[in-house]
Amino acid sequence: MDKNWVENDSGGKGGMNIQVNEISFEHRLIAGLIKPNSTVLDLGCGDGELLAFLARHKQVSGQGIEIDEQAIYKCVARGLSVFHGDLDSGLKDWEAQSFDYLILDQSLQQVIHPDTVLQEALRLGKEVIVGFPNFVHFSARWQLAFRGRVPVTPALPFEWYNTPNLHFLSLLDFEDYCAKREIAVKKKIFISDNKIIRFLPNLRAETGIFLIKKA
Amino acid sequence: MKEKSIEKVDKKYFTFAEPPNELILESGEKLGPIKIAYETYGALNANQSNAVLVEHAFSGDAHVAGYHESDDKPGWWDDLIGPGKALDTNKYFVICSNVIGGCRGTTGPSSIDPKTGKPYALTFPIVTIADMVKAQKYLIDHLGIKKLLSVIGGSMGGMQVLQWVASYHDTVRSAIPIATTLKHSPQQIAFDEVGRQAVMADPAWLGGNYYDFGQPERGLAVARMIGHITYMSDRSMEDKFSRKLKEKNKNVKFTTDFEVEGYLRYRGDTFVKRFDANSYLYITKAMDYFDLAGDKFIPKNRKIDVRFLVVAFKSDWLYPAYQAQEIVKLLKTHRVNTTYCEINSTYGHDAFLVEIKKESHLIKHFLRSVYGESGEVNESRSS
Repeated sequence: MDKNWVENDSGGKGGMNIQVNEISFEHRLIAGLIKPNSTVLDLGCGDGELLAFLARHKQVSGQGIEIDEQAIYKCVARGLSVFHGDLDSGLKDWEAQSFDYLILDQSLQQVIHPDTVLQEALRLGKEVIVGFPNFVHFSARWQLAFRGRVPVTPALPFEWYNTPNLHFLSLLDFEDYCAKREIAVKKKIFISDNKIIRFLPNLRAETGIFLIKKA
Repeated sequence: MKEKSIEKVDKKYFTFAEPPNELILESGEKLGPIKIAYETYGALNANQSNAVLVEHAFSGDAHVAGYHESDDKPGWWDDLIGPGKALDTNKYFVICSNVIGGCRGTTGPSSIDPKTGKPYALTFPIVTIADMVKAQKYLIDHLGIKKLLSVIGGSMGGMQVLQWVASYHDTVRSAIPIATTLKHSPQQIAFDEVGRQAVMADPAWLGGNYYDFGQPERGLAVARMIGHITYMSDRSMEDKFSRKLKEKNKNVKFTTDFEVEGYLRYRGDTFVKRFDANSYLYITKAMDYFDLAGDKFIPKNRKIDVRFLVVAFKSDWLYPAYQAQEIVKLLKTHRVNTTYCEINSTYGHDAFLVEIKKESHLIKHFLRSVYGESGEVNESRSS
């Protein structure tokens, strides 16, 4: 039996005492985009690292949706509220503008209908934060062009046969999409290797974070 | 903290609704006096903020944990309740009472009607899940509890959990409905009706007036056998019995050849020793009438401050996960703080009594988080 969700019982680690340095650089940047005391729905919240951080440090009222059962157990151990289910369904139950922020961190590329999920996210959230891997980072381009292999990089660590990623996009692809769908990009942050990338991001950044809203 | 079972518990009784102050039932009929059998574990704290009410399922009773003096088996959810367990009796005050209409100490059709000196039998009024919960509210008031930390239960116990929120949302801080539904589907009603017909078709049922002659055992046993089929899954039956034969062919036709047949007969035979046939009729009917769909659960403009943990099981085809998702959907609409988990299990509906480890994890942490929010964390913070 999978034991990875059976945490120790001291209530310390894995409990509610999450320190700033225990969350990823990407999550810290996303947290920086969120105003205190707001309401947040995290689509694909994983083990709840970001939501727990937001609840603790930004007094956010958070709710997660996650498909992985083991991750649900971890979220509950952190005291979070989370729905077990996929993102391609179940969003329509909420009224428009139900949340201050919708978060789609590293999950958009994994859903079956990203366009539908994004439109739903923009309906539910006053603002939407999207984080995804830049598929055309130079190491990926190099592997494609010169090695003739589908890229495996730190941001895209999966092989073709076990990747959860169904869709591949670049930072520019996403900006094109926003323009086409009349979505306003309020803020964008590009990162690689725990550093902010400002110069040539579509080539150099491994991950993009966008704060968007309906135009 | 090491998990332990509670060593010794006693059944307690509370009597109320003495005439002329009988309980007015949902049907408008009156019932009284009413005796409620209940058990408690742990201690109520000074500000009465640690009380958890456990609701039993269809054939369960108030004996949910620990051992009675004569017991060789503990209460039906003992794995979940006790020192160091998910419902930690060092921390929480746990209550479980037998439902009205039942036959395990609380007033039901087999109880003596004080007006006639005979068992009520079918003169017992129709009771609903809302009536069961209404009676429990009297017990909770009697125990001096203004607000329950949580109400938890599986199957019909889960219906009572939902009913508590519908009837007394101000009295409940959190709710844990497990493997349950807002209303019975035609399929669920159909299974119950076959069970009732099995009871009533037994000549020994005598229109419900069998108390001087003994139970309609064959009919009740058949009803229970059907029930047990619906509690398992195709897969759990395959794992447990496959097509294994009980013993070598004894050259007698239609004996219990297969292990599954033996199991069902055993379940039926033990059930008739502890369960009243008329209670079977009344309680299954209460489940069938139960319907909190739509606004009946939470009226349109009602704001409720109750946290929910909703649990379903993948292989449960009697109370399928889509029914739990209907609950979740309503909770979403009302912006109720909710966690939903669909536990991967092959045990069918029985899973809520079997998948203790996963349930314990969810319940323990959920309750800790609810309890912590009330300013009751002081003890854990200082430690």
